[in-house]
Amino acid sequence: MSSARDTVLGRIRDALALAPTPPVVVPRAYRTGRALPDDERLALFTERLLDYKARVHPCTADRTAEVVGEVLREHGARRIGVPAGLDARWLAGYEGEVRQDHADVPPARLDALDAVVTGSAAACAETGTIFLDGSPDQGRRALSLVPDLHVCVVDLSTVEAGVPEAVARLVPERPTTLISGPSATSDIELERVEGVHGPRTLVVVIRTDA
Amino acid sequence: MSTFLGMPAPPPRSPYGTGNLRGDRAFPRAARDELGNDQLRRNLGRATGTIRAKRLNVTGELPDWEALRDAGSAIKTDAMNRLPELLEQLERRVTERGGTVHWARDAAEANTIVARLVRATGSDEVIKVKSMATQETGLNEYLESVGITPYETDLAELIVQLADDKPSHILVPAIHRNRDEIRQIFLDRIPGVDPELDNVPAHLAAAARSYLREKFLTTKVAVSGANFGIAETGTLAVVESEGNGRMCLTLPNTLITVMGIEKVLPRYQDLEVFFQLLPRSSTGERMNPYTSLWTGVTPGDGPQHFHLVLLDNGRTAALADVIGRAALNCIRCSACLNVCPVYERTGGHAYGSTYPGPIGAVLTPQLAGMHAAKDDPNSSLPYASSLCGACFDACPVKIDIPSLLVELRHQHTEQTGLTPEKLAMKAAAAVMRRPSLYAAAQKASALGRVVAGRDGTISRLPPPLSGWSDSRDTAAPPRETFRSWFASEEGRATLRAAATDPNSEQKGEETA
Repeated sequence: MSSARDTVLGRIRDALALAPTPPVVVPRAYRTGRALPDDERLALFTERLLDYKARVHPCTADRTAEVVGEVLREHGARRIGVPAGLDARWLAGYEGEVRQDHADVPPARLDALDAVVTGSAAACAETGTIFLDGSPDQGRRALSLVPDLHVCVVDLSTVEAGVPEAVARLVPERPTTLISGPSATSDIELERVEGVHGPRTLVVVIRTDA
Repeated sequence: MSTFLGMPAPPPRSPYGTGNLRGDRAFPRAARDELGNDQLRRNLGRATGTIRAKRLNVTGELPDWEALRDAGSAIKTDAMNRLPELLEQLERRVTERGGTVHWARDAAEANTIVARLVRATGSDEVIKVKSMATQETGLNEYLESVGITPYETDLAELIVQLADDKPSHILVPAIHRNRDEIRQIFLDRIPGVDPELDNVPAHLAAAARSYLREKFLTTKVAVSGANFGIAETGTLAVVESEGNGRMCLTLPNTLITVMGIEKVLPRYQDLEVFFQLLPRSSTGERMNPYTSLWTGVTPGDGPQHFHLVLLDNGRTAALADVIGRAALNCIRCSACLNVCPVYERTGGHAYGSTYPGPIGAVLTPQLAGMHAAKDDPNSSLPYASSLCGACFDACPVKIDIPSLLVELRHQHTEQTGLTPEKLAMKAAAAVMRRPSLYAAAQKASALGRVVAGRDGTISRLPPPLSGWSDSRDTAAPPRETFRSWFASEEGRATLRAAATDPNSEQKGEETA
């Protein structure tokens, strides 16, 4: 008896032989390669983030530590987690306990963190989406998932206008997470509830000159 | 390239009596019961109306929406044409990145593979991401039968599972339940739930969060489906909202993904199209809150053991139909359900399959067949439509569902030969050819009033006329036919009066 693999592949070839169709050329007439000036990207990105109930703090790069510290204080975060490659200067304005994450920390321990601060790989203004790809300033996926508050620093230079431009920035082999606002459900009578299993609060710090 | 040995054989459908691709009764009978449920109709009407408005809003704001649909449709068609090479490429890439690929001919084989993989980890429980493929194979029921406890983690799937219910919508499976029902289900079935829990959706969601958090943090194995599998890179994608998907895909040590073979896409770049088409068509959002992309195993991040189960279960049978195969292009957005006047009234349960609504009515018969048994309920599905065409307009990958329905009706008629409906039509043709017989038949038909219900319709006629009434209601015949009225003294008098009335003539000219 042949393997399931051979059987399924054989069936597919049979099916295609029984019902042959001409080759297809994919038309890609949709918008690609769009570029928008900084102020327009910032305005669009901010509007879309707010629409999904994320909180947005635009600032210049030299004020990163000040803004991150304010946000953490405002939310009463006493113990935070950070990825190993996060720029330590971003936390200069924070007085609480900082735990640097590494792969051996069991996920259950992440549940004891009040917040997590990460960088980001890219973003899409039109959809209000942030892309994380596990780079050293973003850490492993569990870190930005388990704590209830995610403070994410996004440089405006990495914010693309549309989806195709943002996807083009990704490295396929990296574990990648697209985040558009805090977690949400509409499963009960289609009434949107923000915050189910992922972080219930998403704060985006947009560095306008970085 | 392999060479053919002999003639190609038509691939088999999903085996009869397995999985969840067939109801236990025909659509019209199931629909009649569902239509009697006022609560269900209220919930559905509100829900589908809301999503329809949201979808129109966000698809309308993209000037290139139609170009995206064209691209999406072509990418899927191209993928189907090149399925063998793409699946082999996907397998190669996943394997190179530390994953293991398994192939399953049908639902039973997929279930067995998953159970074996779970057992090998030493775990007797799994957490699950909402997945159509494992709903189709009946994985949960199978796992329970072999002593493995599956925990659904999507809020709606959790509601359905706790209530021993079935999903009724692709996207929002508990759409047939309202907040009071959900509150009661949680009070009855979630261990240790706060007895003071009220019916506010945010509080109900919070109850699910605290119930599932411990499961996420302690369970060692997760089972998921996949929205897309990229052949070029071996990357898999899961699109979701609540974060339960991220939890399942990230926290356990072992991840088992069950994916239909039709979910493969050629290039990573193709995601730029589907990331725009899917969320806008599905939830009416510009982007869903979370999408996870992973490629095999990443040391130090997420599951260190990854298994991909590629499922046939009748997909190759659909692929062998040059018209019907378009149904395999479906990306499970559920836009066609939300715009369908039939689905909006009957809900998903009446279709008897994991896949309800317009796409279900074309996909289910192709995966599982329409003539697997006498009076196969699936043979009623192609008729569960008014052919209004709204589904075609809404479909992000431009599946011409109405044409597929007509083709399946044709196949059903061809297959079943002399149906009662055909006999009834033949009899009618013979009668209509002879005026005297026709007049007599019309006179006799007034008797139909006797069998009509109080609403003036006839829903069930005796054979051979049942061939007509099985799939539609018939208006009761009038007391008097037009022909007999025309021939009567009253009729003649009315016509004479109309012909000599100057007002009626003038009126006619004015409106002309």
